Amino acid sequence: MSISVPPSTNKRSASLQPQGWLRYFSFSLDHKVIGLQYLICGFIFYLIGGALAGAIRIELTSPISDFMPRDVYNQVLTLHGTIMIFLWIVPVVNGAFGNYLIPFYVGARDMAFPRLNAVAFWLIPPAGLMLISSYFINGAAQSGWTAYPPLSITTPASGQIIWIISVLLLGGSSIFGGINFIATILKLRRPGLKLMQLPMYCWAMLGTSILVVLSTPVLAGTLILLSFDIVAHTGFFNPSLGGNVIVYQHLFWFYSHPAVYIMVLPAFGLVSEILPVHSRKPLFGYVTMVYSIMGIVVLGLVVWAHHMFTSGTPPWMRLFFTIATAFIAVPTGIKFFNWVATLWGGRISLNSAILFSCGFIVNFVLGGITGVALAQVPFDVHVHDTYFVVAHFHYIVYGGSVFVIFSSIYHWYPKFTGRLLNEDIGRLHFLITFVGFNLCFAPQHWLGLNGMPRRVAEYDPQFTFVNQLSSVGALLMALSTIPFLWNVFYSAFKGKQSGDNPWQALTPEWLTSSPPPVENWVGEAPLVVEPYGYGKSTPVTDSKKPIEIKEGL
Amino acid sequence: MTSVIPTDEKPNDLATEKSEHADHRLFGLVSFLVADGMTFAGFFAAYLTYKAVNPLLPDAIYELELPLPTLNTILLLVSSATFHKAGKALEKNNSIKCQNWLLITAGLGIAFLASQMVEYFTLPFGLTDNLYASTFYALTGFHGLHVTLGTFMILIVWWQARSPGGRITNLNKFPLEAAELYWHFVDGIWVILFIILYLL
Repeated sequence: MSISVPPSTNKRSASLQPQGWLRYFSFSLDHKVIGLQYLICGFIFYLIGGALAGAIRIELTSPISDFMPRDVYNQVLTLHGTIMIFLWIVPVVNGAFGNYLIPFYVGARDMAFPRLNAVAFWLIPPAGLMLISSYFINGAAQSGWTAYPPLSITTPASGQIIWIISVLLLGGSSIFGGINFIATILKLRRPGLKLMQLPMYCWAMLGTSILVVLSTPVLAGTLILLSFDIVAHTGFFNPSLGGNVIVYQHLFWFYSHPAVYIMVLPAFGLVSEILPVHSRKPLFGYVTMVYSIMGIVVLGLVVWAHHMFTSGTPPWMRLFFTIATAFIAVPTGIKFFNWVATLWGGRISLNSAILFSCGFIVNFVLGGITGVALAQVPFDVHVHDTYFVVAHFHYIVYGGSVFVIFSSIYHWYPKFTGRLLNEDIGRLHFLITFVGFNLCFAPQHWLGLNGMPRRVAEYDPQFTFVNQLSSVGALLMALSTIPFLWNVFYSAFKGKQSGDNPWQALTPEWLTSSPPPVENWVGEAPLVVEPYGYGKSTPVTDSKKPIEIKEGL
Repeated sequence: MTSVIPTDEKPNDLATEKSEHADHRLFGLVSFLVADGMTFAGFFAAYLTYKAVNPLLPDAIYELELPLPTLNTILLLVSSATFHKAGKALEKNNSIKCQNWLLITAGLGIAFLASQMVEYFTLPFGLTDNLYASTFYALTGFHGLHVTLGTFMILIVWWQARSPGGRITNLNKFPLEAAELYWHFVDGIWVILFIILYLL
């Protein structure tokens, strides 16, 4: 294997750097451009999905269905789920930060397959636009992001078919990305860099990509069969034609349970990058972190039927999947304690990045506890398909993944732009988001335990007050994007200059200029053998001269 | 070594990009085939579950004839061997022999598709007749799609090997290797499919 990283002696590189904003609309092969394309595209879809969530919360402020027609409500909740999962969290935690950071972390100048990388990104905007446009053509899909038959077969076909095609395209994009990450991490490492010296995010992305490659194709195959049922009137999942809906559920959850880990494992990796930098301590328990990730990957593939405890699942299956699911709490718990131990006794600077990371730890442990509770059959049967599940899920994907995305934006914004985000506005953003999020979703646990079903536009009047509380939380979450957006736009032009390494971090992406040159490094990539060597006197790279870290901001 | 920096005029030139690192395209292809194999695994799992839990009414049961699919299996297995021969011929720099073996492989692929077509036309059930008819056509059809793509790939490789510039040589044999790997994969899937669908 010859990875030659020749010094960039070409004088053109300097003149190439300011290519202007137009490159973000081009078929660029630069992993940094593609990463930001993912991030910005994902954020636009986040705003759209958030607006849909707002519509849902407005509808639910009153127990009667008065804000929009019921079929529109179904379409809105289907689009909300699909957009948030397939167009915001999965592309951003994987595609955006993965593309931007992984080549730096392995010491490469780009991803293994840059062209495939660009194709993977450019599948996303058309798929997303197609999905949203289905609302204007005879109505969007109405069967939720799970598209369970026979509901998905009996609701209007055009919206459902467009939904299937969009998800197939997004799944293809995800698979291409996964193949690229596996090849980049395993094959493109700089000579001398060992696997166990990689930053934790590489391990998270390796595990995630394995899950993507193994499970996404199963969803694709399932959706192709579902489209046959809708278009050609075959009976794979149609009981009236001899089919079996349970088979769909098994195949669907074989992808969609790992999908939760596809959304949250990269977030684990990102948090593991952010915490050591801002608490000036090495990441606690690196090796156990690696094995935990791989344990979650293996276990994550064999727990899918815990979504189906009320689908006539036989007792042995219930037992097996309960135990397997409970086991996932072990590697996840190890990671949780490692993060806390990383913070413990550190010189913590309470900036926006670490606030959001700590918010993640708090929210995620709450979501994790309800997750273990949901794995228990007697409890799950009681709260199945209620708001308890909605609360649990949003604690994982919003309280978990989205908090980490914001934390990562605060952490890597200086890398992207060479400017710092305003910390005061950042802390305000955190405060509103954290309060709004918990106000929105904590009451939903109570709603679920008291029997309010999810996915309905009308509910029993006794739940009115708590629903209104939840809607106020949603309003705060919506408002929280205003300071954030202002901060991002204002700081891009007027923000304080950050210098190359404002956090005095030791991971490889900070050992080059900010924003980085087209080829990532002027000269050879540094060999960082200890990416978390904070507070140690031993050298962290093999280069003869010590890495200069300027004190102070 | 040429610089890997993209130039103004041709921002992302293939030649410069290739010079950056070793060729990992086969590794990428293997990852893709794992993913593709998982699609088939999903289909097989669905079919086996149907067999286990969705018993069919007796009048809908139809015993599949074995001769034609057995012939198909032999055709594909032989084609794997002939493709291997083509690769060996290329290693010995015998381009003509390589091209001939490629043509034979493509011919076997087309013969497989034709034979599959004959089977489709002689079967007494259609796509929507019952669950087993649907799974039968979904499985064999999805596999047939792979064979069709593979046959096109072989013909493209053959065309490239034939072109006077010699786009496929002992030094640049990735297209041939990729097509061969894919073809072996499709054959392997057929063997599993044959066992599950026809023999079980």
